[in-house]
Amino acid sequence: MTDQADAVDVKAQVEAARARAPSWLARVRDSDILASFLSSKVTMLSGFITVVMIVGALFATWIAPTNPFDPASVNLIDSLFPPRWVEGGDPRFLLGTDNQGRDLWSAILYGMRVSLIIGICGVIIAATLGIGLGLLAGYAGGRVDAFIMRVADIQLTFPAILIALVIDGVVRALFKGLPREQTAFSVLVISIGLSFWVQYARTVRGSTLVEKNKDYVQAARLIGIPAPLIMLRHVLPNVIGPVLVILTINLALAIITEATLSFLGLGLPPTQPSLGTLIRIGNDFLFSGEWWIVAFPGVTLAAFVLAVNLLGDWLRDALNPKLR
Amino acid sequence: MFAFILRRLLQSVLVLLAVGVIAFALFRLVGDPINQIVSLDTPAAERERIRVELGLDDPSIVQFGRYLARAVTLDFGISYQFRQPVAKLIGERMPATLELAFVAALLSLVVGIPMGVYTALRRGTALSSLFMALSLVGVSLPTFLIAILLRYIFSVQLGWLPSFGRGTVVQLGFWSTGLLTVSGLKAIILPAVTLGLFQMTLIMRLVRAEMLEVLRTDYIKFARARGLSDRAVHFGHALKNTLVPVITIAGLQLGSIIAFALITEYVFQWPGMGALFLGAVQNVDIPIMAAYLLLIAFIFVMVNLVVDILYAVVDPRLRTSMQAA
Repeated sequence: MTDQADAVDVKAQVEAARARAPSWLARVRDSDILASFLSSKVTMLSGFITVVMIVGALFATWIAPTNPFDPASVNLIDSLFPPRWVEGGDPRFLLGTDNQGRDLWSAILYGMRVSLIIGICGVIIAATLGIGLGLLAGYAGGRVDAFIMRVADIQLTFPAILIALVIDGVVRALFKGLPREQTAFSVLVISIGLSFWVQYARTVRGSTLVEKNKDYVQAARLIGIPAPLIMLRHVLPNVIGPVLVILTINLALAIITEATLSFLGLGLPPTQPSLGTLIRIGNDFLFSGEWWIVAFPGVTLAAFVLAVNLLGDWLRDALNPKLR
Repeated sequence: MFAFILRRLLQSVLVLLAVGVIAFALFRLVGDPINQIVSLDTPAAERERIRVELGLDDPSIVQFGRYLARAVTLDFGISYQFRQPVAKLIGERMPATLELAFVAALLSLVVGIPMGVYTALRRGTALSSLFMALSLVGVSLPTFLIAILLRYIFSVQLGWLPSFGRGTVVQLGFWSTGLLTVSGLKAIILPAVTLGLFQMTLIMRLVRAEMLEVLRTDYIKFARARGLSDRAVHFGHALKNTLVPVITIAGLQLGSIIAFALITEYVFQWPGMGALFLGAVQNVDIPIMAAYLLLIAFIFVMVNLVVDILYAVVDPRLRTSMQAA
């Protein structure tokens, strides 16, 4: 009888504590992170640019006046118009057109979307792989740990872009028979995913080594929870913090890598252009004076990468208690 | 000290072996090499004969050993696209890449270190804020965008510098150099600036951070208390102590300069190894890809080794701790 009463009592206390705890929104409002965000104008500006660009990319279908992927909406007669405000510009094309008569403003919006999707997919693969291997290495220790970390060390001696290039070459060889339009996307995502996992693995392994000797992990082991479940449900949430910073900075890196590969002619074909492909096309026309084809995609890419980098820097400082 | 070098040497060999395995695996990944040689209607018996002749029926480990043994003697096989020995193709293009990398590295040090010192000593002035802002742009901008921008301004608009190629080249034995002719020197400026810009900003930020750190230490305060001139304190004491990490990073970056050179080489049509490798990736020319990979790995490992040893030579504290270990 008393046991039951106690149980009800505890339950009520928990409920009360839950009710008293501030809501998620209130926690965000009162947090140090928001305060530090609002205190830096540069951070706010880069946050604004990032959001505008992501929204523009997401809603490209509605914002863009034409669909550059649709051959029916493109007319070769319209090719190489300069931007609207330059002499000889056409009022229909805000930023001018490229060599195939595509509206550059629409192409940038769609290209931004392609770049973002590839960047995000690549980062997700890299993060999943890296976090998984890092947890495994840290938790299992011994030979597994030594093997994974040696591989990571070796990969870290090479710049990511070189690794992405090699993987690109190999995956390309594996997909040899298929047309490029179908494979380009997967090739890019796989190359980026496999090039960037090391940083996650190292960070997660480091924190896992610390966490696995704490009491709560020992307790979970004692009551017989299987190791994979301990890793995912108990250790992972405690080591995920630093990963967020890497995620942000890596997104910028992934987008640069995608753009570089596409620029080098190893990424997306001109029929489904990303920002890198647009810059590649524009580069061929630089000498004949058609500067706008390369300038606008280039500025878009540079602004986005710079903004995301600045956000990443800020996030790193804001999450680092030593700097407060 | 000797034991330390030996241990590092062993590690380097292991890394090279691992890269060798990857390079060898590349050949396997793209399918049966026999199919690359014979035509579709070659009978099975004929295929078997070729397989035995080329030693492709041996166990993988034997084939791997053979590949490594050949690689050590710089025999990397025949390129699929060019039908020429890979070693010859790479050898012809190596001087161009190495010259470019060397000039870029030199540039990044000669400009980066003074900029770093300046921004550390004169914090908050307009010029150092400008340097910091520029360095942020330099770190964030992709190499190929910088290349396009420089090319547009200095070749297309101003017409001061050539936009592609190496200019006139002088042959010194096996080494072809563009550094001895006016057109060669002019041609190297834009690619070298493009390639060196990222490293330059990196070195500048590093020197600045290290300088700020060192300037807070007690021995700097003591040097000031002794009445030494600012100049002596800054350059004799502070800068000297910032150079150890700078040497490390600059050394380690040399490898990535050579790797990043391939983007620069592509934009400026520089006839180097990177351009060769890019063509190989596009056409799935595995012998070139594998050889380039091994070569880059070798350069990286060597640079790492030399930096580690230099570190021990430069920093007496490390030397004693190593002897104790």
